[in-house]
Amino acid sequence: MGRGVRVAAPLMPAALALGASFGVLARTAHVGAVAAVVMSATTFAGSAQVAAVSVLGAGGGVAAAVAAALLLNARYAPIGISIGESFRGRFLRRLTEAQLVVDESWALAGGGTPAFDRGVFLGAGAALWVAWTGGTAIGALLGGVIGNPSSLGLDGAFAALFLALVGSQLRSRRALAAAAGGALIAVALTPVTPPGVPILAATAAAVAGWRRV
Amino acid sequence: MSAAWASVIAVGAGTAALKAVGPVAVGGRRLPPRLLELLSMLAPALLAALVIDEGFASGRSLVLDARVAGLAAGGVAVALRAPIWAVVVAGAAATALVRLVT
Repeated sequence: MGRGVRVAAPLMPAALALGASFGVLARTAHVGAVAAVVMSATTFAGSAQVAAVSVLGAGGGVAAAVAAALLLNARYAPIGISIGESFRGRFLRRLTEAQLVVDESWALAGGGTPAFDRGVFLGAGAALWVAWTGGTAIGALLGGVIGNPSSLGLDGAFAALFLALVGSQLRSRRALAAAAGGALIAVALTPVTPPGVPILAATAAAVAGWRRV
Repeated sequence: MSAAWASVIAVGAGTAALKAVGPVAVGGRRLPPRLLELLSMLAPALLAALVIDEGFASGRSLVLDARVAGLAAGGVAVALRAPIWAVVVAGAAATALVRLVT
């Protein structure tokens, strides 16, 4: 687990700052500080939380907010299945550890590969959870004291992270085919589907790498 | 119950269920090798889509903005075999710098 914390350490300032920006967003959308922190602690999925709170802030209603968020999080079903084998123990323990699944904890631990390291996953997931939830509390309570997080380039940081992680995956022509397919699906669907659908649909590109041997 | 709390509870429960499908249903059991092979291709497919989403998507449009500089700097760092933290710092710094000067 210690290794997971170390691997995730460079992402913690970014997760903290993004958590703070979510807290600020929740404030402006009239979602209370307690509700915002509870959401970060229980949902623990940045883009989905931002989507739900944005819909609420725009007066979109509960059903629309929940649908937008769950669409964004639908990818966690296949992601969870890809590492499901590594979870041991009783139902409650597996259910609890599963909540640490986010894109970053899964990818940093080598998710979806035979080298998946459960300890790194748990350490990285826990470290990111602390930063995300703590950041939300700071943002929700202090609000305007924090500057605009986009001026810190955090969105660019996460794009670069995913680029580095996909680079580490391209060890075979099959993986290259899957990555190219995933990128193409995302490019094609982003303009025509609600947010969340392109990433979910990109999982179908795994078949491209699977069939080509 | 307020709309905010109703959403917090529904999104939290739904997300917890989505995250738990694999670990609870599969947990500890061995999957067929063919399926494992398919799932091993999930990482490149999904991560490439996340690069597009984080780097170019803005709502329903694809845009070229300061994040491109972050991706380029991250790409250079990857090519130089820099550790992950350096890639992340390079991505943030380049994005912030371009935003500062434009």
